[in-house]
Amino acid sequence: MAERGKTAIDRERCKGCGLCAAFCPRGIISLAPEINSRGYHPAVVTDPGACTGCARCARMCPDVVIMVERVEAA
Amino acid sequence: MATMFARPEALTANPFHYCPGCTHGVIHRLVAEVIDELGIRENTVAVASVGCSVLAYNYFNVDVQQAAHGRAPAVATGIKRVLPDRVVFTYQGDGDLASIGTAEIVHAAARGEKITVIFVNNANYGMTGGQLAPTTLPGQVTTTSPSGRDVTRAGYPIRMVEMLATLDGPAYLARASVHNPAQVVKAKKMLRRAFEVQMQGLGFALVEVLSSCPTNWGLKPVEALRWLEKNMLPYYPTGEFKCLQQAV
Ligand SMILES: Cc1ncc(C[n+]2csc(CCOP(=O)(O)OP(=O)(O)O)c2C)c(N)n1
Ligand code: SF4
Ligand code: SF4
Ligand code: SF4
Ligand SMILES: [Mg+2]
Repeated sequence: MAERGKTAIDRERCKGCGLCAAFCPRGIISLAPEINSRGYHPAVVTDPGACTGCARCARMCPDVVIMVERVEAA
Repeated sequence: MATMFARPEALTANPFHYCPGCTHGVIHRLVAEVIDELGIRENTVAVASVGCSVLAYNYFNVDVQQAAHGRAPAVATGIKRVLPDRVVFTYQGDGDLASIGTAEIVHAAARGEKITVIFVNNANYGMTGGQLAPTTLPGQVTTTSPSGRDVTRAGYPIRMVEMLATLDGPAYLARASVHNPAQVVKAKKMLRRAFEVQMQGLGFALVEVLSSCPTNWGLKPVEALRWLEKNMLPYYPTGEFKCLQQAV
């Protein structure tokens, strides 16, 4: 039974620093081409199904804008 | 469904004003998580310093007193002595603590004041535009050392934790870093211990946290963490330098 994660990134509060993307072991975070209202390219999870819920992204986020949940996948 | 990560209650909802990728934000969050875990939010008083974290009172969801540059340990001493049942911590940069505030930190440590000090070392004066700090590395380029810190003229960086470890007053002294997730987890353990030491009445506690300043270092946030690991860690080793388990 694999563990699956679910992340929620607050795009409006994200500053596009890229630390989450650099430290995601699955390599599933990238910065969006569009910008948020403050002019930053927000982080997006490109392959949510591959997320393990390890929360490394959230631990590195200096702006505390990532929430992580872990779900048991059948 | 289990929550793996959520915003701690000891942070207000205000967005940080810090530059993108600045690890002041990570350190704020770790302190807030520790306050939540120890259940001391209603009983904690923070003392903010002068530097980029001057607005810390907007972020820590506890009572906060703002101190003049470098004087946070003296202000914290007063608060703790008048209100000994409160948990009192300062949050200070390296310019604040290791330069203008050297006297205050040394004497608060020597007196063994029962306060907790969070010392954020980013090897420069971030707020004022990246000037040389006592903690700036040999050869490091800053706005006031454009050819790199020349130790024959500007002297050598101060390792504050090692220096304070020569005193009998401190109960807990440690240096952490936040340049990758594993280090962030370790840093949190040290920060937690630094609060527990105060709650157990053991004495003065300080954790130095190596932190990035992408803006003044002229590096992208990810590169800044690599720079920190490659350049700061060899000069500023992480670890516990003093760790009393019971009062002496
Ligand atoms: C008495 C006094 N002297 C000088 C200053 C100017 N000043 C403001 S912040 C600062 C240095 C801050 O550097 P640091 O403590 O390392 O914090 P950082 O911004 O790097 O986090 C200085 C010198 C001041 N505000 N007050
Ligand atoms: S929780 Fe882990 S796997 Fe999922 S996006 Fe964050 S770092 Fe990547
Ligand atoms: S670490 Fe946080 S602020 Fe930086 S890009 Fe990722 S979500 Fe945005
Ligand atoms: S100037 Fe440096 S320390 Fe200050 S907020 Fe920006 S990156 Fe952080
Ligand atoms: Mg500094």
